[in-house]
Amino acid sequence: MEIINLEGTEDTPKIILDKTNKIFEISGRSLPEDSAEFYQPVLDWLEEYAKDSLPETIFDFKLEYFNTASSKLILDVLTALEDIKNAKVHWYFYEEDEDMEEAGEEFSELVDVEFELKPY
Amino acid sequence: MKYIYDMHQMMLKNNIILVYEGEFTQEITKSVLAMAERNMDSIGEESGIKRKVFNVMVECLQNIVKHGDEYISSEININTAIFMIGKHKDSYIITSGNPIRNDMVEDLRSKLDMINSLDKEGLKSLYKDIIKSGTGLTNKGGAGLGFVDMARKSGQKLEYGFEPLQGDHSFFSLKTTVPRG
Repeated sequence: MEIINLEGTEDTPKIILDKTNKIFEISGRSLPEDSAEFYQPVLDWLEEYAKDSLPETIFDFKLEYFNTASSKLILDVLTALEDIKNAKVHWYFYEEDEDMEEAGEEFSELVDVEFELKPY
Repeated sequence: MKYIYDMHQMMLKNNIILVYEGEFTQEITKSVLAMAERNMDSIGEESGIKRKVFNVMVECLQNIVKHGDEYISSEININTAIFMIGKHKDSYIITSGNPIRNDMVEDLRSKLDMINSLDKEGLKSLYKDIIKSGTGLTNKGGAGLGFVDMARKSGQKLEYGFEPLQGDHSFFSLKTTVPRG
């Protein structure tokens, strides 16, 4: 499967989707001008991956900041993980960032995917 | 020339550390955010406060960007807005003002009043409802999600006002207070 590897910028997150090396990660800042357009390739990739996924998939979210327009798309990404067998989310948050911790809790309540909240 | 002095005095009096007036775009948003971040870094602002201010600024600025193109009018130069940050001893004040169509006033007022009527838990469940249902969400966000987030992150009521402009527009002013420490 093709690899998605996007460098992070000041308003878009770093994204790595790499089946061969078992890396599934979104990190950094997410406040793109058009969040739907930005996240569409990720959603397309996950839909394709779901057809022939690894026995276990650990998806790392290590976000420093995301805006409200991105939150709907993050939920879409999480919802896409519901269709992937043994998918699990590792939601990283800076240990003093209560808002990011709470965001992880809220997302975990909205989707049927195993979540682990991980302070760093 | 006195207006320069007056402007400076007005900014000092209101503890304004940053003003931007003009057209708002994503590029401008990024620049304004970078300047405000540098300012907060230079005084060693606590990281938790910095994150909240950043959060409120993003929603405020992107609100103006996404609605800017809806209000272009040929009659008057209406497609400009203002954004300001004030730094006080006990709080940051994030304010914005932008023209909107008069027919948007009641909708905005009712959204903001509804948000201001909710407590922390109420805001949390409204936030979850909006992102889950996607109701009223467009590619740009919408449905007042940005306002809900500003209220949640600041922990304060959102203050607002409308001033009549020429033609069928009003000037929408919004003020969010982020307490320091």
